[in-house]
Amino acid sequence: MQALTNKAKQVSRKPMSFMERMYLPAIFKGMMITFSHIFKKKPTINYPEKKRPFSPVFRGLQILNRDEEGRENCTACGLCAVACPAEAITMEAAERQVGEEHLYKEEKYAAKYEINMLRCIFCGLCEDACPKDAIYLSETFTPADYQRKQFIYDKNDLLIPHPKENPDAYSKALGNRPKRESVN
Amino acid sequence: MMLLAIDLGMVIEKLILIVVVVSASLVIAMYTTFAERKVAAILQDRRGPNRAGPFGLLQPLADGLKLFFKEEIIPAFSSKTLFILGPALAMITAVMTSAVIPWGDHVELFGRNINLQIADINIGILYVFGVVSLGVYGIMIGAWASNNKFSLLGGLRAASQIISYELAMGISLIALLMVTGTLSLKEMVVQQQAGHWNVIYQPLGFLIFLICAFAECNRTPFDLPEAENELIGGYHTEYSSMKLGFYLFSEYINMFISSVIMATLFFGGYDMPFVNEVNLSPNIAALVGIAALMAKVICFIFLFMWVRWTIPRFRYDQLMHLGWRILIPLALFNMLATGGVILYFSK
Repeated sequence: MQALTNKAKQVSRKPMSFMERMYLPAIFKGMMITFSHIFKKKPTINYPEKKRPFSPVFRGLQILNRDEEGRENCTACGLCAVACPAEAITMEAAERQVGEEHLYKEEKYAAKYEINMLRCIFCGLCEDACPKDAIYLSETFTPADYQRKQFIYDKNDLLIPHPKENPDAYSKALGNRPKRESVN
Repeated sequence: MMLLAIDLGMVIEKLILIVVVVSASLVIAMYTTFAERKVAAILQDRRGPNRAGPFGLLQPLADGLKLFFKEEIIPAFSSKTLFILGPALAMITAVMTSAVIPWGDHVELFGRNINLQIADINIGILYVFGVVSLGVYGIMIGAWASNNKFSLLGGLRAASQIISYELAMGISLIALLMVTGTLSLKEMVVQQQAGHWNVIYQPLGFLIFLICAFAECNRTPFDLPEAENELIGGYHTEYSSMKLGFYLFSEYINMFISSVIMATLFFGGYDMPFVNEVNLSPNIAALVGIAALMAKVICFIFLFMWVRWTIPRFRYDQLMHLGWRILIPLALFNMLATGGVILYFSK
């Protein structure tokens, strides 16, 4: 039969020599190999104390974005929900009233915005679909929880902290995300 | 009356010594479990337990606590007395061996000469052998009482393994006894302090003794009685809680004791090489001696672990082949050769 690769090795059926039958040299050799591993570098990272940096394209928990004045970017157009292959996003739109200009950037906003984190596959298509830079995937995991309903994240869970009222938390949540050219 | 007073002092002295030795061997066994996990981890490029306390040093305490709080299950169809007797016996025999080991020379405290050996009996090594081979009864009884086929198979394996390797061990020891001419462990150490370590006279005997010691301690590559992946734990399959802990613990005590015995028989016991103990004050000499013995023991324990994490388990027929057809003839040859050499030089 034709071999598929040239990696196959013929098994040696020779009877063992006296040295091989003594086993001790081979055992000694093996022990030297294990001994040499004492001095090898351990690849383990001590997790809670030390964290491996994520790559800049890591797709983690979603964040609903605000602009510099703290107004929500989302206009509830529904493109993210359409793009979502897991159908994890639902939203309800509402019209901005007079006097709410400091809360919402445009005339229409999302009154309710929910992502089911158990459905979400973190593909990032919502971020790609969004024309307003209103949603993006951050560099954090979804934390574990005990109840299924806790995994349906609403606007309170998703919105980025207010840049004026809570600048520290805002810059922390923003991380080192590259600034997008503004879309208007 | 005078005699009685002296006796009372000795009784107290011996009692203290017993308590110290037993608790010391328990603590050492505890930390050997920790060392085993640490050594295994290091040999496999892992980090090992490092969460409980600094460097994970409290890990054995956590393990012990966990074992105590586990639910204790005694199978309904087991013979209850024997089921409880098994681990107890394994533990007792493991600890009993430490009675005849000379841990050091003597110390002088409160004007008394205290010998650092619980019992300097003139058949010390025979006593060790007797007690060690009793140890397998703990395993056998526990395995039988479990009423479980895997346990029974484990017990059978333990028994036949002990019989096979006890023979070779005994014969290799006879050669050593012919060289030293004494059965007392203390005298052997004194001889080695004056002359050379016995391992120089008996290298082959030491090798056979070492292999047999691995087998007697049920350590890899001879851990067939508990072979996890064929016998799902072997003789302690049905055990839970601290009874299981006793079995595991007795294995580590056995390992410690057999390391001490190998150090005493072949590596000069508490003899520190290149140091003349006579020049030191007796208390310091005793401390140096204990330190030397412990250093040797640590080396042996590391060897036990190193071998465990290197060599895979023997197949059962290979085990029997090694015991009966290689080690026993080799030990017989060693005995014969030693006898010949002694005869030649004594002429």
